[in-house]
Amino acid sequence: MSRQANRGTESKKMSSELFTLTYGALVTQLCKDYENDEDVNKQLDKILFFCFLPRGYNIGVRLIEDFLARSNVGKCHDFRETADVIAKVAFKMYLGITPSITNWSPAGDEFSLILENNPLVDFVELPDNHSSLIYSNLLCGVLRGALEMVQMAVEAKFIQDTLKGDGVTEIRMRFIRRIEDNLPAGEE
Amino acid sequence: MTVHNLYLFDRNGVCLHYSEWHRKKQAGIPKEEEFKLMYGMLFSIRSFVSKMSPLDMKDGFLAFQTSRYKLHYYETPTGIKVVMNTDLGVGPIRDVLHHIYSALYVELVVKNPLCPLGQTVQSELFRSRLDSYVRSLPFFSARAG
Repeated sequence: MSRQANRGTESKKMSSELFTLTYGALVTQLCKDYENDEDVNKQLDKILFFCFLPRGYNIGVRLIEDFLARSNVGKCHDFRETADVIAKVAFKMYLGITPSITNWSPAGDEFSLILENNPLVDFVELPDNHSSLIYSNLLCGVLRGALEMVQMAVEAKFIQDTLKGDGVTEIRMRFIRRIEDNLPAGEE
Repeated sequence: MTVHNLYLFDRNGVCLHYSEWHRKKQAGIPKEEEFKLMYGMLFSIRSFVSKMSPLDMKDGFLAFQTSRYKLHYYETPTGIKVVMNTDLGVGPIRDVLHHIYSALYVELVVKNPLCPLGQTVQSELFRSRLDSYVRSLPFFSARAG
């Protein structure tokens, strides 16, 4: 998806500017294709099973396999460990940043990822007619899709965004439930 | 030493890929039935192993052997299961199964947007690379034991 560092000897690097601009092109095209910002937000996050260019959720579903193949991270025992791995290993690997983890809920099922700088928005300014666009909503879809594949249903949403004038970018993650393994139907 | 066959399952029990090399005797049931039987056994043995474990498990179920063959098992946190049957002379091959997952399945199937996930892998490239990788393994030998 982005920088492909740390791949043994054949470490490939990609210009982060090219990546940022490519993402911008994707969002712009979606804005042209869909009437209003809500639909674009949904598309960025959503499940598009029959789409050749998988976004958000679909990227997550595949990205998690790449992540596991490269990082050698095993199963996480609790949500806190998951949060650590997301922030310190996954974000570092794919976006080159390490968000901080804060605002744990007392029950330990919700936390916030604070992105000091978001590489996706390096060159971005939201025009007035797109005030409700959640520009980086793709990240939420990726997180949701990836965690679902390791049997964790979560909800991810932006609650602060530098594009909307906030000081930092904040993604709120909420643990919903563990998805249990089931024996496929029709077997005894 | 030799490799008999290889199964690749996803989390829902779909057999993503099957190939065989030196398998002289078939199970005598349709392949679909065989996959179901294999997956069902893995599913049960996995939960059995974790229930019986006296300590917190790390990797869980790794292998079992009979008087004629050895079954090696590798599972990722996403539930992809790689199963390889070999003869008894083959030692632990976790790294080999991990390589099949990370360098072949992830690189050639997961990263190929035209390969739908959750169904039998159609990619010819994946098949041929997997075949040549298995044939190049030090314990793969034409003289089937």
